[in-house]
Amino acid sequence: MDELREVMITTDEIKTDEYLINMGPQHPSTHGVLRLLVQLEGEIVHNVQPHIGYIHSGIEKMAESLSYPQIGHLTDRMDYLSAHQNNEAVALCVENALQVEVPDRVKYIRTIMSELSRLASHQLWWCVMGMDMGALTTFFYGLRDREDILDIFEETCGARLTVNYSIPGGLMFDIHPNFQRDVKAFIKKFKTKLPEYDRLLSGNVIFTERTKGVGFLSKEDAIAYGVTGPTGRASGFACDLRKHRPYSAYDKVNFKEILSDVGDTYARYQVRMAEMWESMSIIEQLIDNIPEGDYAVKMKGVVKLPEGEFYQRVETARGEFGVFIVSDGKKNPYRVKFRSPGFSNLFAINHIAKGWKIADLVAIMSTFDLVIPDIDR
Amino acid sequence: MAFNIYDFTTLTKSIHEGLSSQFSPTATLAIEWTIVGLAYLLFVALFGLFLVYAERKVCAAFQQRMGPMRVGPWGLLQTIADFIKLLMKELIMPKNADKFLYNLAPFIVIIVSFLVISVIPFAPGLATFDFDIGIFFVTAVSSVGVIGILLAGWSSNNKYSLIGAMRSGAQIVSYELSVGLSLITMIILAGTMQISGIVEGQRDMWFIFKGHVPAIIAFFVFIIAGTAETNRGPFDLAEAESELTAGFHTEYSGIKFAFFFLAEYINLFIVAAMATTVFLGGWMPLHFGEFESFNQIMDLMPGLFWFFFKVLGVIFLMMWFKWTFPRLRVDQILNLEWKYLLPINLFNILLMAAVVLFGLHF
Amino acid sequence: MKSIISYITEILKGIWTLLTGMKVTAKYFFTPWKHVTQQYPENRKTLKIAERFRGEVIMPHNENNEHKCTGCGICEINCPNGSIEIITKSLILEDGKKKRAIDQHIYHLGMCTFCNLCVKACPTGAIVMGQNFEHAVWDRSTLTKVLNQPGSKIMEGVKD
Repeated sequence: MDELREVMITTDEIKTDEYLINMGPQHPSTHGVLRLLVQLEGEIVHNVQPHIGYIHSGIEKMAESLSYPQIGHLTDRMDYLSAHQNNEAVALCVENALQVEVPDRVKYIRTIMSELSRLASHQLWWCVMGMDMGALTTFFYGLRDREDILDIFEETCGARLTVNYSIPGGLMFDIHPNFQRDVKAFIKKFKTKLPEYDRLLSGNVIFTERTKGVGFLSKEDAIAYGVTGPTGRASGFACDLRKHRPYSAYDKVNFKEILSDVGDTYARYQVRMAEMWESMSIIEQLIDNIPEGDYAVKMKGVVKLPEGEFYQRVETARGEFGVFIVSDGKKNPYRVKFRSPGFSNLFAINHIAKGWKIADLVAIMSTFDLVIPDIDR
Repeated sequence: MAFNIYDFTTLTKSIHEGLSSQFSPTATLAIEWTIVGLAYLLFVALFGLFLVYAERKVCAAFQQRMGPMRVGPWGLLQTIADFIKLLMKELIMPKNADKFLYNLAPFIVIIVSFLVISVIPFAPGLATFDFDIGIFFVTAVSSVGVIGILLAGWSSNNKYSLIGAMRSGAQIVSYELSVGLSLITMIILAGTMQISGIVEGQRDMWFIFKGHVPAIIAFFVFIIAGTAETNRGPFDLAEAESELTAGFHTEYSGIKFAFFFLAEYINLFIVAAMATTVFLGGWMPLHFGEFESFNQIMDLMPGLFWFFFKVLGVIFLMMWFKWTFPRLRVDQILNLEWKYLLPINLFNILLMAAVVLFGLHF
Repeated sequence: MKSIISYITEILKGIWTLLTGMKVTAKYFFTPWKHVTQQYPENRKTLKIAERFRGEVIMPHNENNEHKCTGCGICEINCPNGSIEIITKSLILEDGKKKRAIDQHIYHLGMCTFCNLCVKACPTGAIVMGQNFEHAVWDRSTLTKVLNQPGSKIMEGVKD
C-alpha cells in the first residue's frame, strides 16, 4: 500500500498541469466570434467547450413581430453563405402552409440558385480550409472562383450575399436574360479550376498527412449529435434531404448522395469536394430546361397562415436547415424556430477533437464549415 | 581611392591606408569598425525593407493579386511607410510580463542575425570576418537566435506565445542538425571550413555541379532545414497564425515587433546567402570548364551582381514554398527531421565521402 | 529491403505531390497580368454594376419634377426595419374634394437592409432600387433622406 502511495506521489509530481486557453471570440481560425475554451496538456486537446452567443441577434424573436414575407430577408443574415437555401426554406414553409403550388419555373430556378449557393459556400469553405492549414494562396483561388457566382447573383437577384430572392409565392424577380449564358460559362470555367484545387491542396502530401486519420466521427455519434450535411455524410450518415425528402426540383434530377464511411477530416474534405462536382451536374441538368411560365404566383397583400404548426427543412451547404412556424392565424407568426445545422454540428467538436493536437482542432473545425451567425441566430 | 566593381580589396585597402596615415592604429580600428557597423546597419535596413516588399509582391503574383500599389509608384514606398508606422506605435507590455527578458528578447534575435551576416562574403574583398572555421561560426551563432524566441514566448506571459516558443525551440534544435550535416557534406567536398576558401574552391565549377548527386541532395536538405530554421512557412509553427494568432510575438508591438519581423527577413537572407556561398559558388560567376568565350562573358558581370542574383533566386524558391504549401503539424515537423532528413543526410555524407575519396566528382 | 523501397517511394511520391502544387502556383506567378483584383477607386468609370443591384431606394422624377408616389404607405407597412416613413398631406382639388398626397417620403438609409420588399409592394412603381453603393458619410444624420424632391408633385394619371 505504501509502495503504491509512493508511486502515486511521484507520478503526481511528474504530472504537468493542464491549462485552459481561450480560442476566440477573436481568433483567426474561429471565423467569427465563436469562443472555444480549450483544455490543453502541452499541445494535446483534452476538452473543448464551445461558448456561443457573441453574435446572437435574436432573429427568431424578431420574426414574431414581422410578416411572413419579411421573415425571409432575416434568414439571409443567419447562414449568409446559404442565403438562398434559407430563403427557400421559409418560402416553402409558408407555401406549404397556405397550400400554394408554385410554377415549375420557380422550382427549377430555386434549385439552380440553391446549388450555385452551395458551390459558392463550398468554394469559400475550401479556401478557408487551406488558409487554416497554412496554405494562404488557396484563399485567393477560392474567392476568385466564388466571385463569378456572386456576379451571377448580383445580376439576377440584385445582391451578392443577402439575396432575398425566394419569397413566399415564388421569386423576387425573373431570371436575368444573361443568366443561363453566365451560369454555363461559369460551369465550363470552374470545371477546369476544380482539378486545380485538387492539385494544389487535396493531393499535397503535407495536407493529406495532416488530415488523413485525424478527428474521427462515427456514424452512431453523428446521428446522436445530430450532425448533418457533408460533415454527417462523411461519417456515413445518409442525411441528404435533397435525396431523401426532395423539395423544389430535386426529384427531377439525377445526382449521387456523396457518402463516405471513414469519418475523418480527410473524408469530410473529400465529401465536400465531390459535392461540388455533383452540384455542377445538377445545375447542368436543369439550366437548359427551365420551363416557361410565371416567376411567382399572385399572393395576397397580407399573408396570413392558417392556425397550426408548420415545419419545412432543406439541405443547406452545412446540413439540415429547418423552419418551424407556429401560427395563430394572424399575419405574424406566434413563434418561429430555426433549426440551424451549424449549431448541432458544432457541439460534436468536443467529442471529435479530444486527444488530438491544437493544429488538428483547427483542421477539424475547418471541416465543420462553421458560420457563426448560423449558430447564434 | 581605387574603386573597382570586380574586386573590393583595393578599395578597402586604400581606405585602410588612408586612415592609417592620419590616425593612430587604435583610432583607425575604431573608425573602421564604425564604418563597417554602419554599412551593415544600412544594408540590413534597406535589404530587409526590400525583402518585405518583394515578399508581398511575389505572394501577390502567386495569388493573382497586385500587391501594394498605393504608396509610391507600384507601392514601392509601402514598406517604408509601414516601418514609420511601426516606429510610431505604442510599445505595449503585458502587466505580468518579465520586463527584463521581455525587452531583451527582440535584441537577442536581431543581434544574432547581424553576427551571422558578418561572415558572408558579398563580393571579392567584401566580407568582414574570414575565420578558419567560418561555417562552424555560422551554425553556432545562428542557433543562439532560438534563445531570443524562447525568451520572447516565456516572458510575454501569454499561453499562445509560450506554445509558439516551445514549438520553435523543438523545431530549431532539431533542424540545426540537418543544417549542420548538410554543410558538413559540402565541407567534405571543399576540404575547408573557411568561407573564402570555399568560395575560392568554386572558381571553375560551383559545388552543386561539382558534387553532383550528393551535393544536390544536400542543397535541398539545406533549403528545407534552413526554411525551418527561419520559422517560415510551411514550417511557421512558431507563429502559426490560424492556430496561435501570432505565436511568440503575440504580445509585441511597435518597434520590438519590427525587430522580430526584420530578423525573420534577415534570416531568410542569411539562409539564401549561405546556400549561395556553399552550393552556388558565392560571388563566383557561372563557369563551364571548356567554353572559354562563355566564361569570359560571364566574367564581365561583377561578383556583387552574381551574389545577389543567386541569393534572390534562392529567396524566391523559399517564397514559392511558403505560398504554396500548408503548414506542418508539430509532430510531423519532428518526424520529417528525425525520420527523413537526418537519415538522408547521414547517408548523403557517406555518399559524398565516397565521391570525394574515389574522385568521382567533376 | 522492401521497407527501404517503400520508404524511398514514399519520399518520392511526397515530393511529386509538392511539385504538382508548386506548378499550379508557378503558372499564376508567371502570368501576373492576369490578376483578378481591381484598383477600386481608380476604376470607377469602368465599374460594371448590375442593373438590378440594390444599393439604395430612390424615387425617380421626370423632367417636370414629377414622381409617381401617391403616399399610400404600403412601402412603409412592408418595410421590415422601419426605414421608410411616409408623411402625407391633404390636397383640396378643384372640385372641392380632398385628396391624400405625399408630403415627405422619408428614407432612413442607415436602417435599410435592401430587401426590395418596398419596391416590390409599391403599387405605382414610384420607388426603385438605385445602383449607388458608396454610402459612406461623415455624419449619420445625412443618411436620413427625403426621397421626393422639394416642390415635386405627382404625375398626371397615377392613381392608387
